[in-house]
Amino acid sequence: MEINTTTTSTQVLHRGRGSFSWRALMLLTAAIIAIPVLIIVASLLQNYSPVWEHLLDTVLRDYVLNSLLLMLGVGSGTLVLGVSAAWLTAMCEFPGRRVFNWALLLPMAMPAYIIAYTYTGMLDFSGPIQSALRSHFDWGFGDYYFPEIRSLGGAICMLSLVLYPYVYLLVRVAFSEQSTAVLEASRSLGKGPWKTLFLVALPMARPAIAAGVSLALMEALADFGTVDYFGVSTFTTGIFRTWYGLGELRAAAQLAAFLLLFVFILFVLEQYSRRRMRFHHNSVQQKPTRIMLKGWRAGCAFLLALTIVTAGFLLPALQLASWASERLASTDVSGFMTLVTSSFTLAAIASTCCLVLALILAYGKRLHPGPLERQAARVSSMGYAVPGTVIAVGVLIPFAWMDNRVDALMREHFNISTGLVLSGTLAALVFAYVVRFLSVSLQTVDSGLARIRPSIDESARSLGKGPLQVLQHIHLPMLRGSVATALLLVFVDVLKELPTTLILRPFNFNTLAVRAYELASDERLADAALPALAIVLIGLLPVTLMTRTSSATAAIHPRAKQLNKDHHE
Amino acid sequence: MNSQLALQGVAVSYGDYTAAQEVTLSLEQGQIGCLLGPSGCGKTTLLRAIAGFEQVSAGTIKLRGQAISRPGAQLPPEQRKVGMVFQDFALFPHLNVQRNVGFGLHAMDRKSRAQRVQEMLSLVNLEAYAKSYPHELSGGQQQRVALARALAPNPEILLLDEPFSNLDSELREQLATEVRQLLKRNGVTAILVTHDQNEAFAVADQITLMRDGRVVQIDTPYNLYHNPASEFVAEFIGQGSIITVSVDDTGELDNGLGILDMGHRHWQAGESLRLLVRPDDVEYDDFSSLSLPIVSKSFRGAHYLYELGLPDGQSVPCMTPSHVDRSVGQTLSVKFNLQHVVVFPALKEAQS
Repeated sequence: MEINTTTTSTQVLHRGRGSFSWRALMLLTAAIIAIPVLIIVASLLQNYSPVWEHLLDTVLRDYVLNSLLLMLGVGSGTLVLGVSAAWLTAMCEFPGRRVFNWALLLPMAMPAYIIAYTYTGMLDFSGPIQSALRSHFDWGFGDYYFPEIRSLGGAICMLSLVLYPYVYLLVRVAFSEQSTAVLEASRSLGKGPWKTLFLVALPMARPAIAAGVSLALMEALADFGTVDYFGVSTFTTGIFRTWYGLGELRAAAQLAAFLLLFVFILFVLEQYSRRRMRFHHNSVQQKPTRIMLKGWRAGCAFLLALTIVTAGFLLPALQLASWASERLASTDVSGFMTLVTSSFTLAAIASTCCLVLALILAYGKRLHPGPLERQAARVSSMGYAVPGTVIAVGVLIPFAWMDNRVDALMREHFNISTGLVLSGTLAALVFAYVVRFLSVSLQTVDSGLARIRPSIDESARSLGKGPLQVLQHIHLPMLRGSVATALLLVFVDVLKELPTTLILRPFNFNTLAVRAYELASDERLADAALPALAIVLIGLLPVTLMTRTSSATAAIHPRAKQLNKDHHE
Repeated sequence: MNSQLALQGVAVSYGDYTAAQEVTLSLEQGQIGCLLGPSGCGKTTLLRAIAGFEQVSAGTIKLRGQAISRPGAQLPPEQRKVGMVFQDFALFPHLNVQRNVGFGLHAMDRKSRAQRVQEMLSLVNLEAYAKSYPHELSGGQQQRVALARALAPNPEILLLDEPFSNLDSELREQLATEVRQLLKRNGVTAILVTHDQNEAFAVADQITLMRDGRVVQIDTPYNLYHNPASEFVAEFIGQGSIITVSVDDTGELDNGLGILDMGHRHWQAGESLRLLVRPDDVEYDDFSSLSLPIVSKSFRGAHYLYELGLPDGQSVPCMTPSHVDRSVGQTLSVKFNLQHVVVFPALKEAQS
């Protein structure tokens, strides 16, 4: 009896300590991840520098107005493209539907700034289209009107073309999960197919549409490359200019805080829509009967889908390929390889860091399901909503502060100046990537873990394995697929990320994205094609992953997946 | 021609697979029919063909004398004036109860629509929930909304696809009775699809029993139980066993105990027949000289259902009050009391 009591109490003690350390680890992770955003928010409470008044007088109005117009434009653009693509592929049958089902995802591989460079090259005065028009009609300069791509309208078009897949993915899942019976109920109550679409199918997909559009808008707000290249003043370009051009870190942070406010509104909208999706979820009882499109209707559907894919992916990809092959002979191969190596190394480090933290958070949440743990995981995955520019500024401030403290300390005691040890290093950059992309790996690992039934954990534990052994022997082997996916997704996202890298990269350190940006800014579009094409090709990897897995996990992109997962809870 | 609904030689096929064929049945105005059968027998397919969601490959479906389905000529579902209650109720999740019920009333003006919705809600006792959303309602309430929604446009016929299968079993029977009363009171012609005979008995005036896409028997519940047309029907409906009996020299049935002389009918001497024995055909009787060994027993609350062995190795069911508690291996005194003698020819295959 006596012995028994002792054993029990040590076990309890042991368990208590184990859970404490997991919890501490999770909270610490969440706290560190939250630092950049907290610093940005806190900057609102600081003194406003004279620069701020200057901004207020001159450009702030433009930033707000352009950002709003951009959101309005990209919102409508992605809505129309995404919903019609989803409706065609989920609810109708027409020749080529199966191919378009995945082909419509291809534009996801195309970063907005790259499609912007490509279209600019194609549509410029000296580009192939205008040249062809001039020679065909024998026009000269100024003889004709041609829309200017480097404008707000152009930016809206470019962003809509590559961001509509967010809407498409979510709405397609929503459509295909709609109970056929509900649509049939509408038919039997006297509404024809079109009325059923507008009265039942679309309203039921409303939460998915809202969630998809808010995700697209978050990306649009985060975009720096496109608006910068097109000379459209928005918050992101403003933040960059305030920091880079004026050297005003605090004013940049305050601008970033305003951008965060926009993002926050979208975030709330997205969360709200996601909650509502649960109510709108019907169990699928029967395979949906697709509307058979025939004759000219089928032709229109085919042409529409083809146009979207061509404009969003095929055409720019072909243009990039043709430029790249033109310049291949004169390319500095070893220089390019250095670029590739440094980009890949950076992306590999960042994705590994994300994965480790994601495993800690996801596993901790599973081990000790509690409100505190859930919140920690939640806070750690806020980054997906925060634009890279904002995170970069938020990382720069604490790192610079630490550098100054170290420098002062060293000078005081050893009389040596250390200069900037941290802020100009890869450490700052990797930290910023982790903040921004942790959610990507966390959600992938999370949903992988969710597929492992708790009874498996319990049986392993009852067979005498501790939490770490369960992780090692049961979960990690079973999670291999999710782990690989998490690594790949962050890897690709890091390769594509432009503004964070641009602001935080160490001196003379270049990545594919930054190089493409620099060359394009110098109007050397054809030279920018090779790094751009490399990014696009690697960007295709996650897209193929999405198309390979069945429609149930169609929303494998974690940002979309997060929605999908909640939706099934 | 007078019937509300008439199916004449209807077949439904998907490619090579024929889900239903040679279905002929009709339903009078105000009658409640039922398509009953094991899963996969084609009953739901048939219902969906009536609703216009499946195309017929042969035969015609007529509603009030007007052909609504013929091979190659289908009236779209929305023009059929057919109301449907779906298995999962299929309520519109984005509309509240009131707007769900009013959904099919597009032809009415706002005022009469509101009035009709009110009327339907009071019919199903859900006035208090007019503003609620489907996810806020219980299963039984959702079902009533689905019923009200389907009935609101005054359909020529109401189709119910397994309407009780998503509900708790205690609720089921009660709701089935309520639904029947409601339909009868309002003179609604309806067809119910179910695999549950108790539901069919509780709701329907006329049951169409189906098997492998074909109609096996169309009859009243009473006749289906007491006068099954085949061994399949006898086995599917109610409990009981079918035993092989021989006809003795005097033309009486004999199961080896010589106790089946009921003086009803006489059969050809020497013939071998299959006899349906329901649990209530074998009565518990302490004074009976016949006692049979108990092979198995199962407790049914108010009753025990015993399985009793016959000398020739076959067994018959026997229902007793549950205070008659014997163990397996003991014997039970019984007497045979066959009010309805149901026999089938011995060649089993010839029947089905």
